[in-house]
Amino acid sequence: MAFKLQVNGVDHDVDVDDDTPLLWILRDILGLTGTKFGCGMALCGACTVHVDGVATRSCVTTVDSIGTSAISTIETMSDSSVGRKVQAAWHELEVPQCGYCQSGQIMSATALLTDNSNPSDTDIDDAMSGNICRCGTYPRIRAAIKMAAQTIRANAAEGK
Amino acid sequence: MKHDGQRPGKSSDAAMPTRRSFIQAGLGVGGAFTVVFGLPQIARYAQRHTQDAASTEVDIPPFIPNAVVQIDRDGHVSLTISQVEMGQGTYTSMPMLIAEELEIELSTITVKHAPPGDTLFGNALIGEQVTGGSTSVRAFYDPLRKVGATVREMLIAAAAKGWNVDAASCHAENGTVVHSPTMRKVGYGELIQIAASIPPPADVKLKMPSEFKLIGKAAKRLDTPEKLNGSAVYGIDVKLSGLKVATVSACPVLGGRLASVDPKNALAVRGVRQIVQLDNAVAVVADHMAAAKKGLAALSIIWEAGPNEATGIADIVAQLAVASETPGAVAVQRGDVAAALDSAATRVDAVYQMPFLSHAPMEPINCTVHVQEDSCEVWVGTQVVSRAQAAAAEASGLPLEKVTVHNHLVGGGFGRRLDVDSIHQAVQFAKQVAGPVKFIWTREEDIQHDIFRPYYYDRLSAGLDQSGVPLAFHHKVTGSSIIARWEPFKFKNGIDNDAVEGGSGPYDFANVLVDYVRHEPPAGLTTGWWRGVGFTHNAFIVECFIDELATTAGQDPVSYRRNLLKKDTRALAVLDLVAEKSGWGTPLPSGSGRGISIFNGFGMYMAQVAEVSVSTNGAVKVKRVTCALDAGTIINPDTVNAQVQGGVIFGLTAALYGEITIKNGKVEQSNFDTYRMLRINEAPLIDVNIIQSNESPGGMGEPGTSGIAPAVVNAIFAATGKRLRKLPIDSSLLAQGA
Repeated sequence: MAFKLQVNGVDHDVDVDDDTPLLWILRDILGLTGTKFGCGMALCGACTVHVDGVATRSCVTTVDSIGTSAISTIETMSDSSVGRKVQAAWHELEVPQCGYCQSGQIMSATALLTDNSNPSDTDIDDAMSGNICRCGTYPRIRAAIKMAAQTIRANAAEGK
Repeated sequence: MKHDGQRPGKSSDAAMPTRRSFIQAGLGVGGAFTVVFGLPQIARYAQRHTQDAASTEVDIPPFIPNAVVQIDRDGHVSLTISQVEMGQGTYTSMPMLIAEELEIELSTITVKHAPPGDTLFGNALIGEQVTGGSTSVRAFYDPLRKVGATVREMLIAAAAKGWNVDAASCHAENGTVVHSPTMRKVGYGELIQIAASIPPPADVKLKMPSEFKLIGKAAKRLDTPEKLNGSAVYGIDVKLSGLKVATVSACPVLGGRLASVDPKNALAVRGVRQIVQLDNAVAVVADHMAAAKKGLAALSIIWEAGPNEATGIADIVAQLAVASETPGAVAVQRGDVAAALDSAATRVDAVYQMPFLSHAPMEPINCTVHVQEDSCEVWVGTQVVSRAQAAAAEASGLPLEKVTVHNHLVGGGFGRRLDVDSIHQAVQFAKQVAGPVKFIWTREEDIQHDIFRPYYYDRLSAGLDQSGVPLAFHHKVTGSSIIARWEPFKFKNGIDNDAVEGGSGPYDFANVLVDYVRHEPPAGLTTGWWRGVGFTHNAFIVECFIDELATTAGQDPVSYRRNLLKKDTRALAVLDLVAEKSGWGTPLPSGSGRGISIFNGFGMYMAQVAEVSVSTNGAVKVKRVTCALDAGTIINPDTVNAQVQGGVIFGLTAALYGEITIKNGKVEQSNFDTYRMLRINEAPLIDVNIIQSNESPGGMGEPGTSGIAPAVVNAIFAATGKRLRKLPIDSSLLAQGA
């Protein structure tokens, strides 16, 4: 079946079965390999993208459920003001190790901070506990979210 | 960071090194100044590919620690690094070693993945091209600094020649050579033509630690930026023209075979192109992974279960228990343990068990292959590039030189990618397919057909004197031998050095015996390396047992260890530091406790204190972990900190949840719902304290993992009075009233 998908602001026509997970359309058809395969069951968060700004596990999101929603992936996170601050904090604190899960971590963190620029530890746990990191970067992820949040709040206070 | 897997530029006058001539310089492809290194180092060099164990280990100076340094006309430096980047920071630490002596800015370096080659890219501590065992910095610390210094001296000589001045009046500084008296300056890029004609110096002087500009200071990792925007390329991300995607199912019963496949329903799935078979596995080749998975689900497969049809974990453990009663091969023996045990005032005996474990790196196993009549090309992320090439050659039936391996960033290794089973399998499948195919294992396949960390069933006995000091210490290790499979020439006299390493801890017992009974699980269940290797096994068992001895002696666990380690100043320093930083001895609420561990391995010392609370229903919460370490000279302290944090979480995940079990020959766990991972909400605070030292650098990828399980189990004892001797931690045993 033919579907029109809006990914990173660009329309794409894809012709796949209705039940095709978005993950494989992104990776294998559109070539957007920044979004990762980890489990295929929404258990690890490596495949997290934004669907209308909401952090969504693309491995279980079938193409027929997307409609006209806007999809954005790690490849365009630097276009978002929050995404840029998250990436900067991740860089400042040297969060990634192997880095494979970090696209998903950054997507989840960006969604969290877009909604809540002053997350508590519990808010961070709630937003991020669906993202597994086997290298164990969790302490730095938590610190980087707090750092990015502080930048976002400081910029908001300055009216930026 | 830019990197690629291209072979270093071969220059007409820079042939590969021979034993007599181990530094070759010249102008390579594109006119870049190319220096190829094979620095000799006297090492116990074990030759592979020979069955005669007695004659294989010889002292020869091999061309081991290697690098290729290329400098182009613009002065841009690229390094071909033998060691693989899998998160441990080696693509930053290795360049730091070269940049320190070459006097260039770290951030300007391009790193290239090394092609296969044990001769040019071998690891001196292992004897082949391997990234594992926390050996990279230890093996390459001196050699890569020498590489940097050698190239620097050649560039200085080139500048001096051009200026017609004495080289001694010149020095290198930030990518340039400076003539000190006149302050004339020339960039490295302008010197390459002359440098190519300068004979490499026979010997170079290395900086004193006090002169270091990079080593020991936190450096930004070269691979971080690409890991923030999705541009980092792992093996699974390879893009090729005409690429198909396949997913695989091996016989779910370990060791079983494929009887037959009816491909009809799978071929009816849109996008499925081909079904390919091996003796024990089937793959569905499709236009994309979604179609491949759907096709696999639609296949009608008949498996032939084979001898493991009724095998269960209880049978495997029962066999290990029986084997553990048989005499072991002696690995360490001092004094007379039997006599000392007989004469001891108090005797303590215990059995400890550790489970099979899967690795579950976030990047599932994958391998892309294109087999043609006269060539085989492989794209993969591997810790063993030359073994990958050999596996592909064997599976394709082509000679080694017809096989190209493009290595990639590794999305988690942890020992899993020290094995090449999946590469061999992918090539066997790919031979049946026209065009390139990317084989991706599902997470279920990745967990169930892993190469598992062995199950260990260890017996310990100690005899204490009146004051509680152990006069006798006996540790008998029983389990599968990884070495016997992976490096058979190193398996000698029944001893697996990995299985027994650290088997008596850092302690100097008067009478000690560490022995080993090799007992293999049923064929089809293969065992392999897992982060922290032998120490993850033995530090757990020894450090828990030492805690039992302290309890028997009625002494505080830290003071007890202090007394046993009083001659070892480095051990005492980490012990004292961790006690101080963890607040050892200060009061904790009821249901909480602290536990300690210490070990000496990977050329370093690590002590950890875990602080845990155990709720009335037995749930364990690890709140805080304090680490103190002496790893000698530190290259990048920020990476050391990260490796310890991550290593602790990796080991804690296993201690709390990690267990692979077998039922009817099948692995019972399959994905992250049944093979549970620690998540951010469960991660403790981790405080890493590094002792400043100029000792030789130690390894840092593994130690964080090795020390955590005993610290946690000892803390649980402190909190509850209940001694656990088996991993993973069974919280049902800790519930009140249990």
